[in-house]
Amino acid sequence: MTTPWSGAALAEAIEAFAPGSTDKSHGGDVWLKPEAAFMVCEGLKSRPEFKFDLLSSVTAVDYIDHFEVVYHLTSLPKNASAVLKIRVGLGRTDAVVPSVVPIWRGADYQEREVWDLMGVRFKGHPNHKRIMLWEGFPGHPLRKDYVTYDQSIVASLAPDDGAYAAGSETAVELGTAGSQPAPGAGAEA
Amino acid sequence: MTGPILPRLVDPYGAPPGADPRGALQSITLDLDRTEGDAVNRMKATHLEPFPDPVLEVPDELQRSVIVSSIDYLLNWARKSSVFPLQSGLACCSFEMISSAMARFDLARFGMEAFRASPRQADLLIVAGTVTWKMAVPLRRLYDQMAEPRWVISMGVCATSGGPYYQSYSVVPGVNHIMPVDVYVPGCPPRPDALLYGIMQLHDKIRRYSLKGQVAGQA
Amino acid sequence: MAIKTQPVTVNLGPQHPSTHGVFRLRVMFDGEEIVDVEPVFGYLHRGSEKLAEERTYTQIVTLTDRMDYVSPMLNNQAYMLAVEKLAGIEPTQRGVWLRMIAAELQRIASHLVATGFLLQDLGALGTPLIYAMRERENILDLFEMLCGARITNSYLRPGGVFMDAPTGFWLALDRELVDIVNTLDELEEYLSGNEIVFSRTKGTAVLAPELLINASITGPMLRASGVDWDLRHRNPYDYYDRIEFKRILHTASDNYARYWVRVQEARESVNIIRQCVAQIEPGPVRPSFDDVPRLIRPPKGDAYVAIEGSKGELGFYLVSDGGIAPYRMHVRAPSLINLTLLRDMLIGGLFGDLFVSFGSVDLNMGEVDR
Repeated sequence: MTTPWSGAALAEAIEAFAPGSTDKSHGGDVWLKPEAAFMVCEGLKSRPEFKFDLLSSVTAVDYIDHFEVVYHLTSLPKNASAVLKIRVGLGRTDAVVPSVVPIWRGADYQEREVWDLMGVRFKGHPNHKRIMLWEGFPGHPLRKDYVTYDQSIVASLAPDDGAYAAGSETAVELGTAGSQPAPGAGAEA
Repeated sequence: MTGPILPRLVDPYGAPPGADPRGALQSITLDLDRTEGDAVNRMKATHLEPFPDPVLEVPDELQRSVIVSSIDYLLNWARKSSVFPLQSGLACCSFEMISSAMARFDLARFGMEAFRASPRQADLLIVAGTVTWKMAVPLRRLYDQMAEPRWVISMGVCATSGGPYYQSYSVVPGVNHIMPVDVYVPGCPPRPDALLYGIMQLHDKIRRYSLKGQVAGQA
Repeated sequence: MAIKTQPVTVNLGPQHPSTHGVFRLRVMFDGEEIVDVEPVFGYLHRGSEKLAEERTYTQIVTLTDRMDYVSPMLNNQAYMLAVEKLAGIEPTQRGVWLRMIAAELQRIASHLVATGFLLQDLGALGTPLIYAMRERENILDLFEMLCGARITNSYLRPGGVFMDAPTGFWLALDRELVDIVNTLDELEEYLSGNEIVFSRTKGTAVLAPELLINASITGPMLRASGVDWDLRHRNPYDYYDRIEFKRILHTASDNYARYWVRVQEARESVNIIRQCVAQIEPGPVRPSFDDVPRLIRPPKGDAYVAIEGSKGELGFYLVSDGGIAPYRMHVRAPSLINLTLLRDMLIGGLFGDLFVSFGSVDLNMGEVDR
């Protein structure tokens, strides 16, 4: 069985080689400070007590007042797993995290996908552009305040106008997931 | 609004073994991506209404001389018996399309097992799967490149109306927004039998075309 | 002295007979040699992750079917394990055995398709693919008996499966297992010792195991390089800890090794199904609606579960806010991540090997783009 690191133990072990780099820990998760994330990830990959050589998954969640980037790590030699989280974009400001592509190349497409769909930028990514949607797509659709444009609204804009404002104030209340504004709601526009 | 694009390194991983240092195609392709994105946005903004389905007008009996109708019969028989589909699977439905060409369902019975890779050699476009706005531009180009007479089968509910992905931000609400459709085959995905039935319906339709009436494939 | 020619950039796809769907590549050639490659994704991006936020936990099963449409049962399984972990649902015994049987049948079908299309890319137009698809049809018949659908099964429910197997299923399964082995024998007789297959696939697109791990590549691609990493063995989910099976490894890490690993894994899946059939016992196939209601409201929190899919580590990350729909769903798609090393595989190779190497990755566009 793969042994998951507990959050507290992992935070302690990280603090031992990178003091002051963790925010908090809870359950199986450790929250890192964005500025220290790259150094911590390097240590997690190379240090003999961790040996997290496989980056399983990178994703991001929109919690209305901030974004959370989630890393799932796996260690093949130790058969262990860990979860790292980084809080960025507090107050819906520009969300930037350091790219881990120089450490794990497996992050390449996944970080591009997070940028494309969630709008979290990865500083230092070698090819930082949209991956799923086309250049000129308005906004980042997985954000909670993204209003699914129906075609008639798009038509009223010039094709490359891009009138959708990322991070506008039409936030959906937390706790009512699935209550997206109906696509027809803005049809009078 | 896509936000600022970060500067890109020339070759992010160092030159792989055997690679030419001129590599890094990605550093020169952003302009191509932008051009493509403009085309997608333009298509999304302009294709608001579905095309009307091509309807067969009942030709005026007086216009149909004996000779023309015989030629019609011959032409239509030849056309319907040798439909060349285009090899273009989009999503899940493409596997049912492939299945119908394989041993059990055997599309060859209808004289159309030769899937053509080039639109210039094909006269039937089976839209097998979800059409996204990004794919709509190449798909319309494929349709434009096909020689007339040409026919379109919309296979599955995704191509017909968006299906399970209706109202998704990237999915075309029906391929008839992009091109006129002759036959709709329902199902998600339709079984190969259903596709074969749709093809038989198309054969029926082809049989009723006339040189004097509507030209096949005209919108 | 080598003659240098002007490099030419060529567009392949999104409509191309050998790109396994709507995949697009920009390739720069110098003569026959590939100088650079850039994949372009997104021609099948349908926004499943966004749509999942507007559907209940049971409704999302239909979306997972359509992600990797060559192995929907495995997608169902991965998703259901994530829901069960998130909501704390205890699955029923018979339900778990049934879904393991379905998942292993699906793995065989998926590997058959991968093998058939790889040979199609090698230039064997039709014949091996028809052999592979013929057997796949028989497996789809079994799925029809289980749930009434061929491809988009939606067979699994939280805590088990939605219906017990009909009476005729077990006999049909026994017969089918024999047929699968025969088909694999037949395929291998033609291909595994075939001189043309050897010369086209051996020694092409070799990737070092360290590189594969660093690029998060999992599944048959990783095992073809000799790394013993199979989640069914290393992190057993469902009842895989009660089953003895061989882990298929090859050390060459070339296109032939990837093909070989898939065929042998399909054989091993037959072995796993036989053990499942031997251990399955009568009982309910899903918890009663008193235990697991139709509308599940998992407590606040998140869960990540990964299984060994047909392409690699297939993971679902679910975040719940206590509502009837997930707050966020993310799919760790092995098809997309396995393409990370596409440049390393192709650059420096020849044009003729492009689609062979590409086919040996075994990708599925529904999963790449979602």
